[in-house]
Amino acid sequence: MSPNALPNRRHVLAGAAAAATSLAAPAIVRAQATAIKLAVLLPRSGYLAPAGQSCHRGVLIAPKVLGDFGYRVELVHVDIESNPDVARTQCERVINDGVHGIIGAFDSASTLAMAQVCEQRRVPLVVNIGAAPQLTEQGYKFLVRNFPTGGQLVTNGLKLINDVIAATKVAPKTAVFLHANDTFGTAQRQAMDRIFPNAGLPFRLLESIAYDPKAQDLSVEVTKIRALNPDLLLVVTRAADAIKLVRDMVRQQFEPMGIISPGSPGLYDEEFYQALGPRADYPIYNIPWANPKAHMSQALEAAFKPANPKFRFAVECFNVGFTFEALLVAADGFKRAGTTDGPELMKAIHATEIAEHVMIGPPIKFDEKGQNPGIPSAAVQNRDRTPTVVLPAAVATMTPVLPMPGWQKRG
Amino acid sequence: MRRLARSAVEGQTGQVRRTAMMWSIYLNVVVQGVLTGLVYGLMALGLSVIFGVVRVVNFAHGEFAVVAMYAAFLLFKTLELDPLVTMLPIAAAFFVLGFALQATVINAFIGRPEHDQFILLVGIGIVIVNGLLMIFGPDAQPANLSYGFDSFPIGTLMIDKVRVYSALAAVAIATALFGFFRYTETGTAIRACADNLTGAAVVGLDVKRLYAITFGIGLACVGTAGALMVMIADAAPALAPAFTLLSFIIVIVGGLGSMTGALIGGVLIGVSEALAGFMIEPSMKSMFSFALLIAVLVLRPRGLLGRRA
Amino acid sequence: MIALWRGIDRRSQAVLALALAALVAAPLVADRYLLSVLTLIFYFAYVGQAWNLMMGLAGQLSLGHALYVGLGAYASALLWFYFGIGPWLGVFAAISIAMAAGAVVGWLGFRFGVEGVYFALLTIAAAEFTRIAFDHLDFAGGSGGLFLLYEERRLGEWWNLRGGQMLFYYLALALACGSIALAACLARSRLGFHWLAVREDEAAARALGIDVFRAKMSAVLVSSAMTAVGGVFYAFYYNNLFPAQIFDISRSIELMLAPIVGGLGTIFGPVVGAFILTPLGEALIALTAKLGIDIPGVKAVFYGLTLIAIIYFRPSGVWPWLARAIGITGRKP
Repeated sequence: MSPNALPNRRHVLAGAAAAATSLAAPAIVRAQATAIKLAVLLPRSGYLAPAGQSCHRGVLIAPKVLGDFGYRVELVHVDIESNPDVARTQCERVINDGVHGIIGAFDSASTLAMAQVCEQRRVPLVVNIGAAPQLTEQGYKFLVRNFPTGGQLVTNGLKLINDVIAATKVAPKTAVFLHANDTFGTAQRQAMDRIFPNAGLPFRLLESIAYDPKAQDLSVEVTKIRALNPDLLLVVTRAADAIKLVRDMVRQQFEPMGIISPGSPGLYDEEFYQALGPRADYPIYNIPWANPKAHMSQALEAAFKPANPKFRFAVECFNVGFTFEALLVAADGFKRAGTTDGPELMKAIHATEIAEHVMIGPPIKFDEKGQNPGIPSAAVQNRDRTPTVVLPAAVATMTPVLPMPGWQKRG
Repeated sequence: MRRLARSAVEGQTGQVRRTAMMWSIYLNVVVQGVLTGLVYGLMALGLSVIFGVVRVVNFAHGEFAVVAMYAAFLLFKTLELDPLVTMLPIAAAFFVLGFALQATVINAFIGRPEHDQFILLVGIGIVIVNGLLMIFGPDAQPANLSYGFDSFPIGTLMIDKVRVYSALAAVAIATALFGFFRYTETGTAIRACADNLTGAAVVGLDVKRLYAITFGIGLACVGTAGALMVMIADAAPALAPAFTLLSFIIVIVGGLGSMTGALIGGVLIGVSEALAGFMIEPSMKSMFSFALLIAVLVLRPRGLLGRRA
Repeated sequence: MIALWRGIDRRSQAVLALALAALVAAPLVADRYLLSVLTLIFYFAYVGQAWNLMMGLAGQLSLGHALYVGLGAYASALLWFYFGIGPWLGVFAAISIAMAAGAVVGWLGFRFGVEGVYFALLTIAAAEFTRIAFDHLDFAGGSGGLFLLYEERRLGEWWNLRGGQMLFYYLALALACGSIALAACLARSRLGFHWLAVREDEAAARALGIDVFRAKMSAVLVSSAMTAVGGVFYAFYYNNLFPAQIFDISRSIELMLAPIVGGLGTIFGPVVGAFILTPLGEALIALTAKLGIDIPGVKAVFYGLTLIAIIYFRPSGVWPWLARAIGITGRKP
C-alpha cells in the first residue's frame, strides 16, 4: 500500500482517536455549533450534469436567503459525477470532515449508496429530488424525502389533466403515452399502468411507447405516434428529448390537441425554448412548482437573479426550489433540535412542520417512512416561452389554453 | 396538396385506407432511415479508412465527431454559417488535427498491442468529452437552422429537409473521397500501403507521411460527418460513446477497409434501427443493431464488402 | 500453495507479509472514508485480476466484462429479492449464469475464428445487448432498477452480507488476496502455460498439440466466473442495481484500467493498478477542492491525461518497473 497516493494522512492519525469514540458517542465528538454544516452532493458532471448544475445554482444562493429567514448554515459542495461509487466515498469523506447533514442527490442509485452510509453513521440525509418510490420503502431511518414519489406525481398529474380538460372544455377521446426508457421514465410508466385505469379520465390510452434515451432523434417514435393519431400526447421526457420530440412533430406536421406531461421535467428548459422559439409554447406539465405568491419563493427569486444573470428563475425554480427546501428542512430541524447530534437531529427532522416554504402546497411534513405525502402538483404551461402556472386557480397567473395552436400558425 | 390527396384516399374503404397509410408510414420510416444512415456512414468511413490503412483502432472516434458538432454549432451561432458551408473548413481543420496527431502521438503506438492503443484513445476520449463539458456545459446545443422544421412532402411521405441536405452532402463527400483514392497518386499510394506495407516501403513510398495523411483524411471524414450531424441532432458531450459504438457497428457490418461498405453499412443500420424501433419498441432499437453486429462477426467477419478477415 | 510461497525469495515474502498485515490491521486505525476507498481498491483489484486472467494470461481482449459483473449481481440479487436465498448460495447461481454467458461469447468467437479487435467488439455487443435486454425485463425491475431492502435488524447477518463497512472491507480484501493466489496458481499450472502459448503464438501452440479452443474457452469461463463473484459483492454492497449503470461500457472500461496500468499479464499488476487509480481519483477530487477549482469535468480531464501519460511512458505497466525498483524479483510469471 502506498501511503503517498492516498489523499489525507491526517485522517489516519485522526482516525486513531476518533475511531474508538465516533461510532459510540457522536455527541461527545461533535461539539455544539451555532450553524449547521451541510454537505450537498449533486451530479455536476456525467450524464446528469444539467440537472445537477441547476440544483447547484439553488445551493449557492441558499445561505443568504436562509440567513434572512433566521437560519444559519455552512455548506460544503461535492460533485458526485453521476457515479454511485463516488457518491459513497465522498459521503464518507464529508462526514469525516464534520458535516452534520447530507442533502442530495438527484440520481437514485447514488442516493441509495449514500443512504447506507448515512444510516450506518447516523447522519441525516434529506433527499432534495428523487422520485424512485423505493427510496422511502427500504427502511432507512436516517432518510427523509421532500419530493413526491413517481406514483404521487402521476396521481396528481392525472387529476390535474382532468381539471385542465374541464377548464378548457376540450374533449379528447384518445391519447398515447411516450416515455424515456430510463429510471425515471420507467417509474412513471409503472405508475401510469397502475393508476391510469382508475383515474377516471375521459379518454382512452391507445398505447404506451418507450424510447431509448440515448437516441439522437425521435422521428421513428413520432411516426409511430402519428400512425395512431391520438388527440392527446402524454409525455415523460428529459430536456434534450423534448426538443427532438417537438421538432419531429413539426416536421411531420403532427398536431394533437395538446402535449401534456403527467409529471416530468423537460418541457421547460432554457434550451427547449431557444431551440424551438414560438413552437415551445403550449405544452402543459403537471409537476410541483414554486409558489409565485409565497414570500420565500419571492425572496429566493430576488436572490437568484443577480447571482445568475444568464438563467431565469422561472425556468429553474423546480430544481432550485426543491434543493433549497431540502436545506431548509435540515436547517429548521437543527434550529428545533438545538444540537447537531445525529439521532437528535433526525428526530427533529422527522417532526418537521414548516408552513412557510417555497413550493406550492401545505406545510412540509414527513410520514413514518420519511416521505412527505402532501406535495401537490400544479399545471404549468409554456406561455411566451415562460413556464406559467395555470392551475390550481388559487396560485395561477394565467388560464390554461387547449387545444394548442397549429405549428404553422406560430410566429 | 396533401389535403386533396387525403380526402381522395378517404373515399376508399377504411381497410384499404389503413393499409395504404401503413405502407406509406413504413416507407417514410425507411426513407428517413436511409438518409440518416448516409451521414452515419460518412462518420464510419473515417474509422474504416484509418483502420484499413494505419491499423489503429480509433476508440475516440465518437468524441472527435462531437467536437466537430460543437465546431459547426459555434460557427453557426457566431457567424450564422450553415453547416453545409462550414463543413469544408471544419474538414480541413480536422485533417490538420489528424495529421498532427498521427505524426506525434499515434505513431509511437502503431506496432503496440491493441489494448495499448485502446487505453491511449480512451484517455484522449475522456479528455475531449470532459473538456467539452467544461467549455460548453452539459446542456445539448442545437443549431437552429431556418429550415430545421421543414419537410418535403412527397406524396404521402414527409421527409425532413435537414436529412435530405445532410445526406446529399455526405454522398458528395464520400464520392469525392472515392475519387481521391481511385484516381490520384497519393490516394493510390495510400491504398498500396493498405494492401502491402512492405511492398510499399520497398517501392520507396514515404509510409510515415502517408499514414499521417490517411489519419488526417479519416478525421476529416469524421469532422464533416459531425458538422452534418449537428443538422439532425443537438451537440452534447453525452453523444460521443454512442457515436463510437455506432461507427464500429457500421464498419464491421460494412467491412473494415471498404468505403462503399461503410456507406452501405450506415444505410443498413439506419434503416434496420428505424424499422426495429417502429415495429417492435423504440427503446429496443439498439438491441437489433448489436444482434446484427454479432451475427456479422460470427458469420461473415469481413462484413459485406470487406477485403480481409 | 505452500510450494508457491516457498518459491519466492525472502525479500518478496517479507514485503508481501508486511503489506497483508497492514491491510488486515487497517480498520483499527483508519477511518471509514479510508476504508471505503480501500474497499473500492480491493474490488477493482479483484475484477481487474479476473479480466487479467483472460487478457493478460490468455491474450483474449474482452471489452464487455461488465456483462459478467451485471449477470452475477442480478442473479444473486434476484434470488435474495424473491426467495430470500443468501449470497453464499446465490453466488453459485451467479457463477453458473455468467459462465453460460461466457461460454456463448467464447463459442461464438472462437468457433468462428473471431479474433483480436473483432472479438473485442463481439464482447461489447454482448454486453450492450444484455444491458438493453435487462432494461426491458420487468421482473428484474427493468430500467427502473432492482432494490434490496436495508433492514437494520438484520445487520449482524454476515452470511447474508448484511453489514457495515468492515464486513465488506474484509470480504473485498479476501477476494483480492484470493484472486492473487488463484492467478499465481494458474500461471504456473499446465493450463496457465497453455494460455501463455496461445497468447504468444496461436498457430505454434496448435502445432505443439495444444487444444487451442479448449484453452481459450477455459480462460473465458474462469474469468467470467470470477467476475460474477465480484458482481455478487457489488449487488450486496450497494443494494441497488440499474442495467444502465452496471452493464454500461464505461464500467467495462473502468475495470480494465487497473490491470493495464499496473501491468498486463503480471500477478500483482491489477492490485498495483487499483492502488494507483482509485486513490488518484479521490486525490484529484481533494486537490481540485483545495485549489478551489469548482468546474465539473476538471477531475476527469486530469484522469484522462494521467492515463495517456502512463500508457505512453510505462507501456508494460507500473508494476514491472516498481518491482525492479524495490528489488522484488520472485514473482514474474
